[in-house]
Amino acid sequence: MSGLFDLPSDLQHSYLGLVGLHLREALIPVAAGLLLALPVAQLCVRLRWLYAPVLGLTTVLYAIPSLAFFVVLIDYTGQTETTVMIPLAVYSLVVLVPAIVDGVRSVPQETLDAATGMGLGPVRRYFQVQLPIAAPAIVAGLRVASVSSISLVSVGMLIGNQGALGNMLYTGMTYGRPRLIWLSVISTAVLAIAVDALLVLVRRILTPWMPRGTRPRPAVDPAAADRLATDGPGPAATARKDAAR
Amino acid sequence: MNVLHFVSAFFGDGAHWHGYDGIPARLLEHLRYSVTAFAIAAAVGLPAGLLTGHTGRGGNVLAFLATAARALPSFGLLVLMFILFGFGLVPVMIPLVVLAVPPILVTTYEAVRSVDPSPVDAARGMGMSESRVLLQVELPVALPVVLGGLRSAAVQIVSTATIAAYVSLGGLGRYIIDGLYQHDYEKVVGGATLVAALALATLALFWAAGRLAVSPGVRRGG
Amino acid sequence: MTSTGGSNRSLSRLSGTAATAAALLAATGLLAGCSSSDGGDPLDGGKADGGTVVVGSNNFPESILLADIYGEALKAKGVKVTYKPNIGSRETTYGLIKNGSITVLPEYNGSLLAYLDKKAAPKSTEETTAAINAKLDHKLTLLQPSAAQDKDSVTLNAETASKYKLTSQSSIADLKGIAKDLVIGGSPEFQTRQQGLVGLKEVYGLEFKSFKALDAGGPLTKEALKKNTVQAADIFTTDPTIAKEKFVVLQDPKNLFGFANVQPLVYKGGLSQQGVDALNAVSAKLDTKTLLDLGAQVQLDDKDPLDVARAWLESAGLA
Repeated sequence: MSGLFDLPSDLQHSYLGLVGLHLREALIPVAAGLLLALPVAQLCVRLRWLYAPVLGLTTVLYAIPSLAFFVVLIDYTGQTETTVMIPLAVYSLVVLVPAIVDGVRSVPQETLDAATGMGLGPVRRYFQVQLPIAAPAIVAGLRVASVSSISLVSVGMLIGNQGALGNMLYTGMTYGRPRLIWLSVISTAVLAIAVDALLVLVRRILTPWMPRGTRPRPAVDPAAADRLATDGPGPAATARKDAAR
Repeated sequence: MNVLHFVSAFFGDGAHWHGYDGIPARLLEHLRYSVTAFAIAAAVGLPAGLLTGHTGRGGNVLAFLATAARALPSFGLLVLMFILFGFGLVPVMIPLVVLAVPPILVTTYEAVRSVDPSPVDAARGMGMSESRVLLQVELPVALPVVLGGLRSAAVQIVSTATIAAYVSLGGLGRYIIDGLYQHDYEKVVGGATLVAALALATLALFWAAGRLAVSPGVRRGG
Repeated sequence: MTSTGGSNRSLSRLSGTAATAAALLAATGLLAGCSSSDGGDPLDGGKADGGTVVVGSNNFPESILLADIYGEALKAKGVKVTYKPNIGSRETTYGLIKNGSITVLPEYNGSLLAYLDKKAAPKSTEETTAAINAKLDHKLTLLQPSAAQDKDSVTLNAETASKYKLTSQSSIADLKGIAKDLVIGGSPEFQTRQQGLVGLKEVYGLEFKSFKALDAGGPLTKEALKKNTVQAADIFTTDPTIAKEKFVVLQDPKNLFGFANVQPLVYKGGLSQQGVDALNAVSAKLDTKTLLDLGAQVQLDDKDPLDVARAWLESAGLA
């Protein structure tokens, strides 16, 4: 019981097992959120009037604290991973929809015209021009969603040990072992930073035309400041920056 | 919809309206935690953001700090601070402040840095001191974005302050945690509704503040 | 004004980037997928299948330890076992065992009865068992009770006890006139349970100054009592901290906290006769002293509950 990474039996996993579980519980929702956000965002781009109500709805969903969301879902999906993952997918969706909409909208009209001129149909134009140009904004959204998701998984501990690395918090407290609590917090933070860095790398690979200086223009949350400026202080703009809860 | 049924049952129950576990008391506690944490976060984030934004230096350090702070899990930090400090407000304030400083810091920095340089140069040419340039030229122009950062921070705090209940403090999270252990969904849904309403009220407040504080010229230009 | 400003100059490089979007999706998918290969997840819900017995536990250390004892005893008889530790309070676990999500749950007969029937006031362990069986869901059954008892209690910290000149011979009834000055702490469910604030008011006529929601006799409760954040709290009577911190457990002459024998609650369809025999054999050997001793090993000596469970089963000849 003395090794740094040894865990009590009631956690039922090795340290690496918990890391894997944590990544799965955090990132599957982000992926699901992205898959859902792409069509929703496209609809919002096509039908401009739809964007405001969609943003309103997502803002309300985002205002629900994660713990309450988990607890309410227990009645439907039990004390399972699914119960943790559904709210995280919703939060990811909320972060990603505006990111994608703004990214896709920011494609200059002359670029679209050029693509049409080259003979691209609307579908190919979307996949080959709009989406790639929007990639930096989408990845920025993914970064916020992933970091937030990784942080929130820990709260799942409260609904019957569904918090992966967060489960160490309970065990550490009950058995009076601060080591486990430190390990939980540090591991979760390192995981978040690693995934964040990986996404930055993905963006660099996806957008070779972007300058790669040490300072990609907005340092931490690209495009968000611009967005806030242009959107004005309506409720819409909040979601992007409301990272970890 | 049974969720709506829970909501009406919760708010319709007279017992939920008075005493130390009543809605007014819990709401006040929640506000107290939120306002305190917000004040601390703003006191840290605003000056630092304004200064780094004005000088244009320290952006990378700032980005690193913000990323690190965002990566820290609020709930884990709460438990960690509890074992370090025991009962009280401190273990709750630390995760809330850590949560709220990055959006304030980063947006303030970005907002001030991206102010159009020509009026700034003009102000300097007129002989304004650096502090006057920052406060009378850059800040008014940057204000809408700065407010946006403050608003994000405030909403996050209101929503996250629920976890205070896990270390036995009050606030609206009390209803959610108690409801979980008592298997009382009415309480959980009622508590969640109150938190969401408070978060939306916070948004409205910042929207109104933006209307009042942002100079009409900037608003038109934005 | 956006980060894509430089894009229109290099349209040619954009051709063939259908793969880009796909790669983006694939990257996230891969990221999420690669970690899901660690096999079946024991924490997943759903009913036990293929004769696997799911041993659950409530959210406090003794329940986790007892679950380990039951589980290891079953394993020793060749039964396939998975654990679902630290699920939550009885309010949650009772629902889970009723629908078969868990098969075996360590219970305390009196506390279970108080949950099932607030009015019950049994005079003996046998009466308790009979009363439970009358109220228990027909899919569930209680096996043999053990001699081991662990009750909820009203426990004072040393400071409060000496201030009001109360000792371990005093009773909860002696708090009359004092309670209004005391903050009492306990798990959130203590607030609404019969064996909690509700019963303290009904049976003893006590109303406390306020209630502080802590945890089920866990670290928060002990810390709060120690620091005098609360003056009275619900501490489990087998808790080794009581002796260590000189807490004073008050007598319960009206039996509000009843009989609390450790007893396995079982989902009938999920456990073979062999399994039933194995658990009854455990109950036959388990007494309060054992519970205290094993609890101290876990909570004071930092031993792993599973190791403690195995060692005891071996020494008792059950494994």
